[in-house]
Amino acid sequence: MASVAPPARTPFARVSRDIIGALWESDLRFRLMMLLLLVVLGWAGFAWIYQIKYGMGTAGITHPVMWGVYITNFVFWVGIAHSGTLISAILYLLRSGWRTTINRTAEAMTIFAVMTAGLFPLIHLGRVWYFYFLAPYPNQRLLWPNFRSPLIWDFFAISTYFTISLLFWYSGLIPDLATIRDRLKGARGLGRLKERIYGYLSLGWHGSDSQWKNYRRAYLYMAAIATPLVLSVHSVVSWDFAMAVTPGWHSTIFAPYFVAGAIFSGIAMVITLSVPFRWALGLEDYITEYHYDNMGKLLLLTSLIVGYAYIAEYFMAWFSGDPVEWESFRWRALGDYSGPFVIMMTCNVVIPLLCFFRRIRRNIAAIFVISIFVNIGMWYERFVIIVTSLAHEYSPGAWGLYKPSWVELSITVGSFAWFLFWFMLFAKTLPAISITEVKESIAEGVWKPGDKKEEA
Amino acid sequence: MAAREIVTATFDDIHAVVGAVRTIRDEACDELSVFGPIMETELEEAIGKPPSPVRRYALIGGISGCISGFALTVWSSYYYPLVVGGKALASIPAYVVIAFEMTILFAGISALIGMLIHNRMPTLKLDPAHVPGYSDDLFALRVACDPSRTAKVKEVLNSYGPAEVRVER
Repeated sequence: MASVAPPARTPFARVSRDIIGALWESDLRFRLMMLLLLVVLGWAGFAWIYQIKYGMGTAGITHPVMWGVYITNFVFWVGIAHSGTLISAILYLLRSGWRTTINRTAEAMTIFAVMTAGLFPLIHLGRVWYFYFLAPYPNQRLLWPNFRSPLIWDFFAISTYFTISLLFWYSGLIPDLATIRDRLKGARGLGRLKERIYGYLSLGWHGSDSQWKNYRRAYLYMAAIATPLVLSVHSVVSWDFAMAVTPGWHSTIFAPYFVAGAIFSGIAMVITLSVPFRWALGLEDYITEYHYDNMGKLLLLTSLIVGYAYIAEYFMAWFSGDPVEWESFRWRALGDYSGPFVIMMTCNVVIPLLCFFRRIRRNIAAIFVISIFVNIGMWYERFVIIVTSLAHEYSPGAWGLYKPSWVELSITVGSFAWFLFWFMLFAKTLPAISITEVKESIAEGVWKPGDKKEEA
Repeated sequence: MAAREIVTATFDDIHAVVGAVRTIRDEACDELSVFGPIMETELEEAIGKPPSPVRRYALIGGISGCISGFALTVWSSYYYPLVVGGKALASIPAYVVIAFEMTILFAGISALIGMLIHNRMPTLKLDPAHVPGYSDDLFALRVACDPSRTAKVKEVLNSYGPAEVRVER
């Protein structure tokens, strides 16, 4: 990026140049990856159109398992979204200095994950063109949604979550967009067009003390309200299940259990994405062992909570003395879906225990591999909760098995392509690390680029 | 008002700005503004302007969100009554979830709107005092004062090791 010159004079200027310098350049690797993602996305789009044309029979969901891979994906992606708000809002309120270089990525991930998650209830609808019935709007039939239904709560929770995350993310971007606008000043040709676009997006930010004062207040309040929001959203998702009298679902442990699981899977996804991404953008000095060490600790903590919840569920099933509940849990571990159960336990409870070792937390390759296992494990966790509970309800005559069809599998793979597509677009067009917050860290002496903080 | 002179000092270091702001305020120069790529609480306190009105927006937004959440749910239950098992029409515990989400939604949006209104954003015209360096690595302290005091102000600012001191009319 030639127009970023003159060369950096101060540590602050170096930060602006390093982070902005990683933008826009699209090499062959990037284009090939985008092409691959678009092909996968096209195939998934075809599968969805096929399902809309020929009906829900093309998906594997049928009686008794009416919620299959689609709802698994929905819960999985909402879960992924959670760490973004956790890192950006909760760690902001706790003044954790290490969040600065990963919060932007995590917030972007939140938005794209909610965008992905939001598609699944629609894909799951038999007549998707009536999805707007969920929204409360005045209509000729004088009908209103049933506000007692957890599914309506979920609609409100997810749409609020998406809106607030988007606004929070965007308001964090404003000073950085102004920095890009000012760095591009005087550029010609394409650079001039970019300057104008980033100028519009920065909304006229000029960094005076009165602007900063209002901005910092607004950001603080957004963080303060996003914190209860993030805890509420996955609680509401868990109530989609817990409010039903299905054995394996109807439990008060679900809300905290789902929230911990969501943060667990979200942190894992941040690690999985940030490792290739810091390498591709040349930002190794900004996301260092120090950050992975801290994320590893968070991963370990949430893994222990999730592991505890798994065990507590079994204890309650046994302690309740309810034969249906106990049978549901016995079958979950030993029945037809014992494979997914074993994957879930190994990936979520056993493998993350490696994070007890400092050497492993600080080894980026090792923590990357662990995070991939956790992603797999958390997808299977949702699958196990949803499918095994529905397949094995009260009456043995109504028991059944579920196998996802090619349509469901294509759309599942497509959801990953959809998510990565947006994420890669983001990484090339917007500062993937908060320029402003890195500068704040430097000024406060918390951390500086390249600092690995060997002695914590 | 008589012609005033504006003294602008640019700094590389936010900590020098904090010291300079404190001294200048003691010099009783009122019209003071700071530009910079970051802001810190310490500097904000040194500048000592009244707290941001954004908090009121957040509060009012939150309260109205909560009220409208309950209003929508309770009103719609009575508007199209469906009596099930003789239970009360409005199920307040179930509606808490909706009201909670709307509280958050309204509070967040109105905090942002408040910020935009008071920052005069969005706008296409930047403040004429803005220089591209202020979003990169430069901090600027601008003081408007009576011409008779300019020399004194310059002297004070110079003692904090600025990169540059400029006087404009």
